[in-house]
Amino acid sequence: MTEDKKTLFIEGKEVEFTNEPNLLEVIRKAGMNVPTFCYRPDLTSFGACRMCVVEVEYPNGRKMINSSCTMPPEAGIKVKLNTEKTRRIRKTVLQLLLANHDRKCLTCARSGDCELQQYAEEYGITDIPYAEKDDFLPVDHSSPSIVRDPNKCILCGACVRACSEYQHSVLGFANRGSRTLVQPMNGKPLATSECVNCGQCAAVCPTGALTINSQIEKVWKEITNPEKKVVVQFAPSVRVAIGEMFGLEPGVNSTAKINAALKAIGFDLVFDTNFSADLTIMEEAQEFVTRVTTGGTLPLFTSCCPAWVRYLELEHPDMTAHLSTCKSPQGMLGAVIREYVPQYYEDITPENLVSVSIMPCTAKKYEANREQFKMENGKQEIDYVLTTQELGRMIKSAGIDFKSLEGAPADSPFGKYTGAGTIFGVSGGVAEAAARTAYNLVTGEELKDVVINDMRGTHRVKTVELDLKGTKIKVKIVNTLKEAEKCLREIKEGKADYQLLEVMACPGGCINGGGQPLSHNDSNIKEERAQGLYTDDATGQWRKSHENPDIIELYKKHLEKPNSHKSHELLHTTYSDKRKDCYISAGE
Amino acid sequence: MTGSSTAIDFRAIDKILEKYEYKKSYLIAMLQNVQEIYKYLPEDAMTYIGEKIDDLSPATVYGVATFYAQFSLEPKGKYEIKVCDGTACHVRGSMPVLNAIRNKLNLKEGKLTSDDGLFSLETVSCLGACGLAPVVMINEKVHPQMTSDAISIILDTLLSEERGQ
Repeated sequence: MTEDKKTLFIEGKEVEFTNEPNLLEVIRKAGMNVPTFCYRPDLTSFGACRMCVVEVEYPNGRKMINSSCTMPPEAGIKVKLNTEKTRRIRKTVLQLLLANHDRKCLTCARSGDCELQQYAEEYGITDIPYAEKDDFLPVDHSSPSIVRDPNKCILCGACVRACSEYQHSVLGFANRGSRTLVQPMNGKPLATSECVNCGQCAAVCPTGALTINSQIEKVWKEITNPEKKVVVQFAPSVRVAIGEMFGLEPGVNSTAKINAALKAIGFDLVFDTNFSADLTIMEEAQEFVTRVTTGGTLPLFTSCCPAWVRYLELEHPDMTAHLSTCKSPQGMLGAVIREYVPQYYEDITPENLVSVSIMPCTAKKYEANREQFKMENGKQEIDYVLTTQELGRMIKSAGIDFKSLEGAPADSPFGKYTGAGTIFGVSGGVAEAAARTAYNLVTGEELKDVVINDMRGTHRVKTVELDLKGTKIKVKIVNTLKEAEKCLREIKEGKADYQLLEVMACPGGCINGGGQPLSHNDSNIKEERAQGLYTDDATGQWRKSHENPDIIELYKKHLEKPNSHKSHELLHTTYSDKRKDCYISAGE
Repeated sequence: MTGSSTAIDFRAIDKILEKYEYKKSYLIAMLQNVQEIYKYLPEDAMTYIGEKIDDLSPATVYGVATFYAQFSLEPKGKYEIKVCDGTACHVRGSMPVLNAIRNKLNLKEGKLTSDDGLFSLETVSCLGACGLAPVVMINEKVHPQMTSDAISIILDTLLSEERGQ
């Protein structure tokens, strides 16, 4: 046996381990499991919930109970998962948690997909020998993206860690002992806190304490209203994740099935946000090349991620000139739908048109609500934003058998997309798509080898140098705002040597967005979803945004050329200083 | 939520942060310094520190401030009353004394400062004067062997002094 291969025993079975960070990972690798609320493989181990306790016997005969998520694996130990003692501990933990819980399961947004409910059922918790709680705290519905219900919180701290390890610590623990709460500063409503709406807190929450602010019922109301024509678009990442809610493998491309399901639900027209991702590339690549050649503000920051845009407006409003003025793909298609759909479909008028988008992202709900994304009458250009999770729920409640559904195409004239548009969903995808078109803009030739491997993968930081036939371009790609902040400091200190900075706030990009189907205990899922998009790119008819026939047609008929007057009017946006909403030094 | 409208002198806070080199490991010391100035931790001061120091946020500063009993998020009164509820004081009747003060000043659990801002009330675990139990401290002065009646008289005296001014 080699040095780095050691073994231990789990339930009598000899199991090899190498560099697993904790015993729980070894247990899972061996095909077994223990329950946990607070352990999330992508976050620091916390040891808060005590559900993953196991009985460990050392070679010298000493026995102890330990939480497997915080214990490093040791050679020769004998681990027992389900002893009388560990089961008793877990039951007591569950009973104590439920004693402090509102127990309103039936009306909870997470009912049926809640780890507390699941373990209570698995461990046969049929009674709780403690008094029922009667003093409930107010639920925070202020945010367009996230609902916070402290009465369902079990203080596992997963959201606090996600918020501090990915973003900028908006959620924290307050008070002490039995009065402990998870909340923004001084219990402020999320809407007026410095929350960027990424939804990673809700994605790691084991209970219904942090949930997505659902707009499902509002959308049903529009769909069932015969007066209304409901137009829908859906984002790149939705297609490789929604299948998970219906028993398909992560990463399976469900584009055609989603088109069909949306039609079956009753949406009148189905467009693809991949189309407007292509449109974004047309505009943004042109903007980038113009900035490079005319000495504009560089590095150019991508502007597709609304959480990142809000972060910059909050934390570094002096740097918003770096942001691309391009709206996000959602915003672009929202504007294009309002402007042109009534021209193409005579039964659709500006008055009866309802615009809905399906996003992997909770921050998109906030984006649609931005002042800059509203029409002159004060209404939102995109009326409703649903997340992948919400669409899954709609498909289920419509009684559609998604798994065996026959696919359908998207509608014209905004339904075709290229591989460049589809990879927008993964960290690095926007930069790669932009490079394919920028190469054409700078050299006048077509890039032959379109895959830029160094830009691929879900890891946090990538730096890539491109040679556009003599024009050297350096690109930095980061995900999570924690990493973005480091770049902003580099730039402020004059240490940045790159001309393009791509930022996505969620770890790995939109494929792992806060609105995607829950995947608490599997950090590989985001890799599989990313692979799904890369495959979509590789197998599609076109791979460069400027080759998309619907895009060519849109410019020919309406927009003239990228960055034209008309496209500025429709497809570009402005930014504002948001510090005064949350911070003190804004008043200095 | 606890509100505060105290006008904050941010330059004074900057001086405190400079003294501790903007290091997050000195957060508790910084908060103690701020509390020395204002007699409590104004919300704006905590937000300011949270945004100025790397790897801290308003929420994390608030978390530390609410974890430790030494920090107050409410303005303290001109007279800070500390009722000892250590073992010795407790068995010799500190609770009736505490209740007498609450009744007199119209305070209850969770409301620590009287409406006129003159008095604030807290319980502490031991003042180190167990031989004199039950003990009450008002600002720096120790009042030994308190009873409900005795503390009433003391508070009346302070109130009439205040009115006389």
